[in-house]
Amino acid sequence: MSEASLWNGFSAAVRRDLLLAMRRKSDVLTTLFFFVIVTSLFPLGIGPETDMLRRIAPGVLWVSALLATMLSLNRLFAADYVDGTLEQMALSAVPLGVLVAGKVAAHWLLAGLPLTLLAPVLGLQFDMAPRSLAVMVASLAIGTPVLSLIGAIGAALTLGVRGGGVLVSLLVLPLYVPALIFGAGAVEADVSGLGSGAHLSLLAAMLAVAGFFAPWATTAALRIALE
Amino acid sequence: MSGINWFRFSSPQSFYPLAAKMIPWFSALAVVFGVIGLYISFFVAPTDAQQGEAYRIIFVHVPASWMSMFLYLVMAFWAAVGMAMNTRLAGMMASAIAPTGAMFAFLSLWTGSLWGKPMWGTWWVWDARLTSELILFFLYLGFIALQSAIDDPRRADRAGALLAIVGVINIPIIYFSVQWWNTLHQGASVSLTRAPSMAKTMLLGMLLMALAFWMYSIAVSLSRARAIILERERHTVWVEELSELNQ
Repeated sequence: MSEASLWNGFSAAVRRDLLLAMRRKSDVLTTLFFFVIVTSLFPLGIGPETDMLRRIAPGVLWVSALLATMLSLNRLFAADYVDGTLEQMALSAVPLGVLVAGKVAAHWLLAGLPLTLLAPVLGLQFDMAPRSLAVMVASLAIGTPVLSLIGAIGAALTLGVRGGGVLVSLLVLPLYVPALIFGAGAVEADVSGLGSGAHLSLLAAMLAVAGFFAPWATTAALRIALE
Repeated sequence: MSGINWFRFSSPQSFYPLAAKMIPWFSALAVVFGVIGLYISFFVAPTDAQQGEAYRIIFVHVPASWMSMFLYLVMAFWAAVGMAMNTRLAGMMASAIAPTGAMFAFLSLWTGSLWGKPMWGTWWVWDARLTSELILFFLYLGFIALQSAIDDPRRADRAGALLAIVGVINIPIIYFSVQWWNTLHQGASVSLTRAPSMAKTMLLGMLLMALAFWMYSIAVSLSRARAIILERERHTVWVEELSELNQ
């Protein structure tokens, strides 16, 4: 298999999922509205003191992004599994891992990227400083692909399983902890004057590791589900 | 290679009687180590200068934490063996170990908070070790939940195995990130590590209790594995011919 055809398979998988999402826009938008609503609930529950809100903002935005990503995981493989597309993908000449990587990339473009772009607007609600907002966006831009990659493993493991939607949260959320810590920590470290470089570098290291191993593990999980 | 054919026992049929023979031995060892360990912990080990008698919960707490981490490794080992060699028994062992590991993780959290209340004045602190133990507990729960949600036992084994392996790769990452997160926050002035150099008898008591827990884990996992074998192989001839089921 030549390099070009691998790339073709990857980009075809990305384009297909983007096209499907464009035909069913509500799926993508629901995730975004969930993100907006959850972050807006926190000030209502905690109280409108700006000092407090500014302090909890990175954590709130990150946890909400985590939950929103997790909720959108079931559309990653479920429909393709039900209608048999996934089996055809497993049988195709392009390795399944490449197609899976394409699907994960599309998932990030549809879930992680909009969340990242929306975060600064929501951050203003929490009275975050412009500098913190920039760090926040950077940490989400590096961190949300990690969430998509790890989440894909959980989504593949729970394919066609009873109560898969709730189960995937139990499997995936503990594995999200490092991304959450360094993602939200980056903003805090910047505010406290330590600089966010170390946090963002570690987050990027996680992305590198997850980008290498997660598609492989997801493929293995899909093959178990397809047997 | 001559001698014992180890692969013989990878078949449930030959493992079932072997486990039955091993369980009493490991149970007896657990009781012996437990009795000596408890005697040393309660009567021999000196009273701690700072913490008084309340520190004695360490003899349950620390071995339980060790076992909870160790059992996850053992579980992931069996999971990996099951994935690589495609043996049925390895998957059964992994699912037999999981509840015991979860129990020890819970025991460690519970005794930790019982210890924390008199020592630190609070049931819970977001200490690095407590937090990572809590996440380990969640990982066990996820493994158990995934396996019980899948009806086909072979698929449950393989899916669980993959999850266990992903978890074991993540454990060091989680541990170090939680530790770093904790040192950055530096909120409470509580430290588990300020304990003075430990008396030899204390260490001995802890090691004996750890051995007792270890033997207990083996005995319980083996008997759970036997139950799983019976459940999954109930349609086979050898199970129908078992004398203990035909009385």
